[in-house]
Parts: sequence; structure tokens; C-alpha cells
Amino acid sequence: MTEKTIDFQTDPTKYRHWRVEYAGDVANLYMDVDETAGLFDGYELKLNSYDLGVDIELADIVQRMRFEHPEVKVVVMRSAKDKVFCAGANIRMLGGASHAHKVNFCKFTNETRNTFEAAEEDSGQKYICAVKGACAGGGYELALACNYIMLTDDGSSAVALPEVPLLAVLPGTGGLTRVTDKRKVRRDRADIFCSIEEGVKGKRAKEWDLVDEVVPNAKFDEIVDQRAKEFAAASQKPTGAGVKLEPLQRSIAADGSLNYTLVEVVLDRAKGRATVTLNGPDAPAPASPEALHALGDQSYLLRLARELDDAILHLRLNEREVGLLIFRSQGDPEGVLAHEKLLLDNQDHWLAREILAYWKRVLKRIDVTSRSMAALVEHGSCFAGVLAEVLWAVDRTYMMEGEFEGDNRPTAAIRMSPSNFGPFPMGNDLTRLQTRFLGAPEQAEELKSKQGETIEAKAADALGLVTYIYDDIDWEDEIRIFMEERASFSPDALTGMEANLRFAGPETMETRIFGRLTAWQNWIFNRPNATGEDGALQRYGTGIRGDYNNERV
Amino acid sequence: MQDLMNVSYDTQIPNNVGLSSDKRVLKALEKWHPGYINWWNDLIPDNFQQSLVYLRTAVSVDPKGWAKFDYVKMPEYRWGVLLAPQVEDRKIPCGEHAGEVAWQEVPGEYRNMLKRLIVIQGDTEPASVEQQRFLGLTAPSLYDMRNLFQVNVEEGRHLWAMVYLLHKYFGADGREEADDLLRRSSGSEEAPRMLGAFNEETPDWLSFFMFTYFTDRDGKMQLESLAQSGFDPLSRTCRFMLTEEAHHMFVGETGVGRTIERTCQVMKENGIDDPYDVDKIRSFGVIDLPTIQKKLNLHYTLSLDLFGQEVSTNAANAFNAGIKGRYMEHRIDDDHKLTDDTYVVWNMEGDQAVQKEVPALTAINMRLRDDYTRDASGGIQRWNKIIEKLGVDFKLKLPHEAFNRKIGVFSGHNFDPEGKLVSGAEYDAGIPNWLPTHADGDFIQSLMKPVYEPGQYAGWIAPPKVGIDNKPGDFEYVKLHVA
Repeated sequence: MTEKTIDFQTDPTKYRHWRVEYAGDVANLYMDVDETAGLFDGYELKLNSYDLGVDIELADIVQRMRFEHPEVKVVVMRSAKDKVFCAGANIRMLGGASHAHKVNFCKFTNETRNTFEAAEEDSGQKYICAVKGACAGGGYELALACNYIMLTDDGSSAVALPEVPLLAVLPGTGGLTRVTDKRKVRRDRADIFCSIEEGVKGKRAKEWDLVDEVVPNAKFDEIVDQRAKEFAAASQKPTGAGVKLEPLQRSIAADGSLNYTLVEVVLDRAKGRATVTLNGPDAPAPASPEALHALGDQSYLLRLARELDDAILHLRLNEREVGLLIFRSQGDPEGVLAHEKLLLDNQDHWLAREILAYWKRVLKRIDVTSRSMAALVEHGSCFAGVLAEVLWAVDRTYMMEGEFEGDNRPTAAIRMSPSNFGPFPMGNDLTRLQTRFLGAPEQAEELKSKQGETIEAKAADALGLVTYIYDDIDWEDEIRIFMEERASFSPDALTGMEANLRFAGPETMETRIFGRLTAWQNWIFNRPNATGEDGALQRYGTGIRGDYNNERV
Repeated sequence: MQDLMNVSYDTQIPNNVGLSSDKRVLKALEKWHPGYINWWNDLIPDNFQQSLVYLRTAVSVDPKGWAKFDYVKMPEYRWGVLLAPQVEDRKIPCGEHAGEVAWQEVPGEYRNMLKRLIVIQGDTEPASVEQQRFLGLTAPSLYDMRNLFQVNVEEGRHLWAMVYLLHKYFGADGREEADDLLRRSSGSEEAPRMLGAFNEETPDWLSFFMFTYFTDRDGKMQLESLAQSGFDPLSRTCRFMLTEEAHHMFVGETGVGRTIERTCQVMKENGIDDPYDVDKIRSFGVIDLPTIQKKLNLHYTLSLDLFGQEVSTNAANAFNAGIKGRYMEHRIDDDHKLTDDTYVVWNMEGDQAVQKEVPALTAINMRLRDDYTRDASGGIQRWNKIIEKLGVDFKLKLPHEAFNRKIGVFSGHNFDPEGKLVSGAEYDAGIPNWLPTHADGDFIQSLMKPVYEPGQYAGWIAPPKVGIDNKPGDFEYVKLHVA
């Protein structure tokens, strides 16, 4: 597979694989994969199988559904193809892809699944999956992430997770975890289900809780429409006129550096590092939700979230040797808090709610980015409220202390707000501060009283909000040494270490999905039984079975 | 020692598989039996069910004399479970197990794959009966009606054969699948048959003949490849089914041939030389040759779709597993593993249809389809001989395989019957000349009037050269029940 730059930006005029029909408060989302339009050469996307390109479109649709179509309360996902719902991730694509691409692909698809899965809770947009035809592997994983699964009872349509018998890998988008944790399928039944290629159909699929409803085939479309209407009628979702998500303003320099309106990414490929700067507001906060709405996609926190999201995805997929991300910020912290306050005070307004929910996703995206990450709280920075969350998402935080020669920017400080105590939980369902102070819950509690305070270095250090504080004498050297040391470690060991350390505390379905994917699938992806020359994944499609080494490891 | 050549009638289900001593399977089959009888009784109009039909019933699997003919009411037909004699020391003919002793029990690792193949094959058998259920009402003669019913009861028996395998070798799952074979139904909105071509009604007798010639021939090819299975019971079942299938193809070939013959006779009798003088030809109540060509185009291309994708992982897996072979696998001179061989398949590159070599294992479907096309072209030549002999200047031919395809690389592209890629406008303009129109259907339908007098034939079809079981021309093949 040839290397090429993967662009996560798309829009409906460019879709090749999906189509949406809007009908009032119900949207019908049709998967109709163009088999000739794979992201890379060397495979055809037959039978509604998908690659990263298909998923980028889906992610875009889910995102636009939230912002451009707040009137939609129910989304019905279905196939536009006869006889097949979706055959899952394209196997030839997986067989030809590098390990890194496979993992990044799985991670992005996971995030997209989580996004539409959470749409009901976050936004009141409920996803129904209407399954007609074969629904296998990643196809069933698409269904599993929906809030309600309907299966036609035509005697042949089935849901299946055939990865183990067919490909010697696992369902890569949380399939196994959702079967047991979300759908709560009994483990022995799940064992059978995951061992049979052809899956389970009809009434048994319902009996085993693999789907929510089995519908007579002749009435399938009718009952699906009826369910959609019922769910829509029961929804309390606030609605309004949507805001259009225009293409981002982004330029990419020859050295890979990125420039948006609020986010700058400076790349140093030789040293394997990227510095991501988040700039403070370039306009005062709107006075009311109506004024916020009038700004469309240009309001500060929405624009910043979109740009940051795109930058992270771009770095993940296109700059794979950049092992260290340094986050910094510059700007007016009061401005940040003012923008944020408008959203927090108006959570009954759909747009305010959506922007906050989007920040929750973007921050989670940072949490699960498998790069070493650090934040620098410099003079003139604006790590306030939601932006301060970045400080506790990264692995280490360094803060400037005292005066720096020739630097007349405002003294480095952190400002906490209600944002740091609830609206942006991590995958473990705790706030970043709760996770940080897992051993001292009272500390996390006490910090609430510090909201609104300007917390400079010494205080921040005492409160445990930062890793190190350095003055003018040490700052540059310590940061340099940290970065050089980091660059000298094995990237694999770092990825493993960081992922272990970042998610302290309780497990949730979400952490299990990512954790198990990381642990098991990546291991299997590296084992010869799957990806060796004679492994099942490599041989899939040739007709020759995988040659297994039967040693249990 | 039981007699495996001749058929035991001591159980409700005639068989040569020792059912009376296999209580478990016998019990399962007897449980399935009433559902089958209900299916049959609900299917074909009642007065035909009550009629006495001169049918052949398999009484042995000895190729020299396996059937006997007699009058029988269809619901009382003895649908049996018959397997061709076991070949001693049979080996798996192909794939990674080639040369190993053939399996007498289902190998666990291939259980699901085998089950799926058997279910798909089993699903087509009753489907065609369902598609043809009303044709008795418009039979052009008692001879043809008898042939229809013969084909029907034998397709029913083929269902039995597949159901037996499911019950015998696939446990509870198999029983469930066997029940579903009766639950799905051709054209049903509720639970349609698995393959598209088996959900279209067979609206008239020319369609029936075309279907038995082209679509049953696909069935034959599938049976041929399953007859090569390393799973011996499947191989033996399919080998015996093939002896019956030959008659179905005969019904198709002679049916189309007799239609052609009659048309040419009528043209000659009335001094019509131009086969395209359609209105005039039709005015004499026969089906013009261009319309027959259109029907041929339709049925041939629909049947090609049944072979699936040109390049297929499932087919490769099945071959490599040794559970489905190639046509005449044992006569092919190669290593029967195909691990390093290639085969030429069609592919679309942009708007260009190109032939390219792919790993032979993945092209198993394509190869079988090519064999099919060769097999199907024989009848076309014989039909053309009839036309030539009667002095009409017209030649039927198979359309290019790219034409009118819904499955595989050609689907979604507009090819004409010559295999030339044409514009949408050209395609729209050509279609009425290439495929039967609704008006053609209306005309053919207008000819579909039953003829129930022994020895008499509808005006659009010639009588057969010889009767079934060498019976004379006025033999009463069906004693119609008059309520």
C-alpha cells in the first residue's frame, strides 16, 4: 500500500459511499459503498465492505448530523445494496496495510462508532440499525454501536462476527466487548456466535440479544419507519436551525507544519516532535445563544475544536514518526472562560450542548492518541477551563515560574472552571482531575473551591496540577532534556506505558473496548497466525487456509 | 447386509441409505415429512394433485435401470432418499486434502461451509417448483404437462436429498435449516428464496423450457461440482441427482426445439421468408424467432448471474477445502490443487472490459461458468440445425457474457449482446430488440391455452419425435381429475 496523505476533511459533495435522505426528524442513512473508490489501490470494496475512506465519510456524516441537522432525532442506518448490509472491513485492504495503518484504522473506526453510539445520550440523536442481508464482522460492529438493532426475518439475513474462524483476528471495533457488555449476551452463546461464520438469524438473534427486534420481512421497511417515528416522537431533543460546517482553513507547509486560524502545528520531523499551539479567542464571546448561533461554525470554541480535532487526526495518520506532541497555548484566558461560560450557561440550547459534547470527544481523542504528550504552560498562555483539560490529558505538564528575561507576557497561570468538574469525562467516566487524584479524592473535591482563581506556578505545583515548575534558569534545559530522553525510548514501550498510566481507575465499556483492542488485537495483528506470510489474514481470498502454529502463548 | 443398489420401501421414506436401521435420522425425517407434504399440497392446483400422472419413480440407483414408470397421484409420489453407490476407496479429488481418503463424516472444520453449500443448493430445488406452480393450467399438451410434473416431483426429491444430508450430518442446526427450506418461498416478500433468479415467476411455457434448459443447467453444473466433493455422502447424492437432472435439460432443449420447429413450419407453410416479419408470423399463432432469441438472451444471462462473482473467496475456500470440485475434476490433468496456477477472468478497468490472469483458485466460479457456456452452446447448434433444415434463414446465438448482467464485473455497465459497451441512449434504444418486452410477454401469454386432449398439441409447438417411455403419440400421460 502506497503512502499518501489522508485527509479527514470531506463534505457531502464528495461522498462516494454514503447517502443521507432527510425527512423531518428522521434521517435515512444509506451505506452504498462504491467498490472502485477505495482509499488506496489494490482492493475493491465489494459487498459494502469498508476502508478508512468509508469511515471518514461516516464520521463526517455523524458530525454534520449533530451540527447541520439538529432537527434530526432518529437516524436509520441501512444498506442501499440488495442482499448485503455490510461485509465489514475490507480484508484485502487489511491484508495489504501496514501494522500501523491497521491500528490507526481500527482506532479511528472505534472513535466513530463511539461517536454515533453516544449521540443518543449526548444529543438525543438515536441511531437505529435496520439490517437486511448479510451483516458480518465490521458490519455487525456498525450495528452494535447503534442504539437499536432491527433484523429482518427473511430466513437468510443474519448477523455475524466471523473474524476468528475466517481471519484469525478479532472484531476490531469493539465487537466482542459490545456483545458482552452492551448487549449482555451470555458468554457461552457469545462463544458460539463468534465461532460460526454464518452467524445467527431470525428469532434466535433476538433470543440471544444480538438484536433488539426481529421483523417480518414483508413489513420490514414499514415497521422500521414506524419505529423511527415512535422514537422521534418520544425524543425531548432541543432543536433549531443547523449551522453549516464549512471547510476548515488549513495550510500544510513543506516541512509538514500546519496552520489553521486558531491552531498552529510546528513540526520537527528530524527530532520526531510536533508543537501544537492553541490560540485564545480572536473575538469577544457572543452575548447570547442566538448570537452564538449567528456565528455559525465560526464561534471560537467550535472552530478551535474542529481545528484541533483535524490536527490530531492528521498527525496520527500522516506523521507517524512524530512521537512527541507538545501542547502550548497563547491568548487571553478570560476570553476563553467567557466563551466557555456562554456554553455552560445555555446547555438547553442545542448548539451550546453540541459544542460541549464535541469538546468531550476531542479531549477523548487526545486521551487515546498513542504519542507521548506534554503540555507547556508558558507566560501568555490561556489554559483556562476546557483548555486546561489538555494539561491533564497529556503525560506531563511543565510550567514557567517567575519572570523570564525579556518576556513581558502575562505570568503563566492556570484557571479552573466548572468545565474541569464534570462536563468532559474521560472514557473511564471520571473527570481528568478525578483520574489524576485517584488516590486522593478529597483533593479533586477541594480543587472545586479554586475555580476562577488565577493559579500561578507555585500554587499549581502545590495543588498537584502540574508535573514540574521551572524558572528562567532551568526551563529551556529541562524541557530539552525531557524531549531528548523521550525520543530515545522505544516507541512501542512508550505507547504501552502511556496507555497503562493514562487510564487509571474504573473500567467502562469504552475503556475496555480501547484497552482490549490495544492489548489483544495488536498482539494478534503481530502474530504469524494472522499476518505471517501463511497467516489467515494474509491468505484470505486465496482459498488457502491459514497455517497455524498451534502453540498457545 | 442391506442392499444399497435397490431401494427400500419399508419405511415411509423410500431410501437406499438404511434408514430403517438409523432411527435417529428416520425420526427426524418423519418429523419433517408432514411439513413437506403440506408444502406440496398447498403448491400445485388441486385438480392436478388428484390427477393420475404417468411418472417415473426411482427404484434403484443402478444406472442400467433405475426407474419405473406408472400412473401416480403426485402427493402420493414416493419421494425417496437415494445415493449413488459408494465408490470403493474414493479419494478427495482436489484442494489441500487431495489424495486423502474421502470423508464419510462431516469434517468439523468445514461443517459450516458444507452446510451453507447444501442449504443454497437445497433452496433452489423447491424454488423452481414454486415458480412453475401454475403452468399446468396452460399446458400445451398432456405430454408437456407430464414432463412439467416429472420435473417438479424430481426437484421435490432433490429437496429431500439435501434435507436428508442436513438431518443426517448437521445435527440441530441442520434440522433448523431443513425447516427453513420450507419456510422460504419463491417470490415471497416474507422469506424469499436465497438466489434472485429463483424468485421470478415462470410465466409461460417458453419461459419454462428456457428455464429448464439454461437455469437447470446451472443447477447441473453446481451438482457436477458438488459431485466431486470430498464429503462422500454429498458426492453420492449429487451423482444420483444428475441422472434425473438430464431429463430436465431434455425437457428444456426439446421444448425450445419444438417451438422453433413449429414456427419454422408455419413460416414455410405460409410462404414467409423473412424471420423478422414478426407481426405476420405472430398472426399465425406461433412465436417468431427474434422473440425466441430475446427469451434466450434473458434466461442465459440470468443463469450466468447464478455463478456469482468471477473472483470469489468462497469458491476458492470450498475448492481448497475439497468440498466442491471443478466440472469433471477427475478428467482434468493437473495437480488438482491450483496453488500456483492462473486462470483468465474478465475485469473492468475503467470502462474497458479486459481479460486478465488471476490465481486459478479464486477463479473457480469463472471456470465453472465457462464450462457452463460450452455445455449450453450445444443445444443452440441443434436448434439452429432445425431452423436450417426447415429452410429458414436465421441463427440463434448466445449473447456475450457481459450483456444484461446484475452480478459480477459487468453489472452496472451497458453492454449490448455482442459485448460492445454502448451509451445509455443506445442501450435504451436496443433493449426492446435484445430482451423480451412486456408486449412480447402479452403475445406469448395469449398463446398459452391449455390442450388436454391426448395426442393433441397447442398450435405454437410441434409434437415430440418420440413419446416418454416409448409410448405412442396419443398416450394419455395425465388422466385429469375432473371434480
